Amino acid sequence: MLTLAKNELYRLFLSPLAWIILALSQLILAYLFLTHIDYFVQIQAKISAIPGAPGVTELIAMPLLSNAATLLLSIAPLVTMRLIAEERRNESLPLLLSAPLSTYQIVFGKYLGTFGFFLILLLMISLMPLSLSLGSQLDFALLASGLLGLTLLLASFTAIGLFLSSLTRQPTIAAMTTFASLFLLWIIDWAGNAQITAESSTLFSWLSLLRHYQPLLQGEVNSSDIAYYLIVISAFLAMTVRRLDSERLN
Amino acid sequence: MSSILLSAKELSRYYGQQQAVQNVSFEVKKGEVLGFLGPNGAGKSTTMKMLSGNLSPNHGEIIINGYDLLTEPKLAKSHIGYLPEQPPLYKELTVKEFLLFCAKINQIHSSNIKKSVDTAIERCGLSQVHQRLIGNLSKGYQQRVGIAQAIIHTPAVVILDEPTSGLDPIQIREIRHLIRDIATEHSVILSTHILPEVEMLCDRVQIINQGELILSDTIEGFGQHMQTSRLLLGLATPPAINVLQNIAGVVRVVPISNTQFNIHYTPDNNPINEIVGQAAKQHWQLNQLTPQQHSLEDTFMKIIRNEAHSDEQGV
Repeated sequence: MLTLAKNELYRLFLSPLAWIILALSQLILAYLFLTHIDYFVQIQAKISAIPGAPGVTELIAMPLLSNAATLLLSIAPLVTMRLIAEERRNESLPLLLSAPLSTYQIVFGKYLGTFGFFLILLLMISLMPLSLSLGSQLDFALLASGLLGLTLLLASFTAIGLFLSSLTRQPTIAAMTTFASLFLLWIIDWAGNAQITAESSTLFSWLSLLRHYQPLLQGEVNSSDIAYYLIVISAFLAMTVRRLDSERLN
Repeated sequence: MSSILLSAKELSRYYGQQQAVQNVSFEVKKGEVLGFLGPNGAGKSTTMKMLSGNLSPNHGEIIINGYDLLTEPKLAKSHIGYLPEQPPLYKELTVKEFLLFCAKINQIHSSNIKKSVDTAIERCGLSQVHQRLIGNLSKGYQQRVGIAQAIIHTPAVVILDEPTSGLDPIQIREIRHLIRDIATEHSVILSTHILPEVEMLCDRVQIINQGELILSDTIEGFGQHMQTSRLLLGLATPPAINVLQNIAGVVRVVPISNTQFNIHYTPDNNPINEIVGQAAKQHWQLNQLTPQQHSLEDTFMKIIRNEAHSDEQGV
């Protein structure tokens, strides 16, 4: 399983895609990071007098993590699309299927490898807010909660992308469907906010990936939010395993 | 202990309504090369996929080295090596990286990995190219990497699905040589639609057509399978064809040119004496009389045609 994960990560870094994603997301987020700092510097004088005013972490780090989530929403499908769809197109899937591996080992291995890539990306993103601690006091608990949120979010993106990649042999189709699903799960909450009917709105807002991310950005670690992400991850992984198994039967 | 390494019993597989493989049973003994022969679309690849665990049969069981592929897939799969029609390769890796990965997923003990990779590289003649990217290799070398991948964990049975398709004649010869070499240590199941390949490589041959096993025999028995024999007859001034046809023992006369004929006869009723006698008596000017060897090709075509023929009659 770890071998598979390592191989997946290694092959990812052999393609220029991984490097370009790392570089460009870093570039965009660094720009946003600077604008947030700029804004903070402007209003710093005004808010310094107010007791209990929001600090660097609230005004710079958290908006950055929020932006990062939106950016990663559009990047994640590009990384996950190739997971199974490309193996299918290259006809290399039989290599794994005829090796003494169970389906869940194959799925978990691929999942962990890709998630490992996102962890590297996350580490690079978190370096930016952490660099503020050189010149300022950071609220590390808040930052940790935000990073936990982003990690869980990325883990869910990966699981959803992996499942959709297992449905097709065209990586582009996998990317499109993943992006559409993630986007829908992101904005489904808007219907929830509109409160058309009380019942549907609670269901929709419960389904929203964003709705469970926001409390974490505010430093609220609810077990229900974490449970939501864990349910999403395990459900999609289980569906991927089932999908690959059923392929053998049909 | 019996030396049967792989046994398949009553395998059947449907694709929707269509039956791809029907009630196929066979066994592979230790050190044996079994050839699966059949036209395209006969169910060869489906059978290979089932044997390698890529496809579950709708019915039947597969026992590999004593382990049931369906109930103990991991143990059973560790005893097979499989090369599909399209070699499953990661083209962005070098040959060595790829084989290292294959060794690991086949659960070779970490202390033996390096050794087994080196052995596979050497056996498959990849020493020259092991640093190169698989994507940059020629089709023949890619096929070798595919074979190396299948034998890296020294499985009991190696399953090769059309290993020589799409290669040039020199590469084909090299790959055949390699398969012969592999057969000294492993049992090999090989599918092909090329007859000489079976003749050269296999100890036993099974012909599959429309999903059914229609013949299973040793390679010698296969050659003798055809009942009738042929003579090539050359006459400078030949009589009408029905005269030849009426000679005792002649089953069928097929003219090749004005002066040459193919005479089909049953082996137990050889018309050679009669033909020679008549030719001398009636001045046909006999100039050629050659018994024809049966190529496997003929036999193959004959078996498949007969089968189709009796099918029609059945309907």
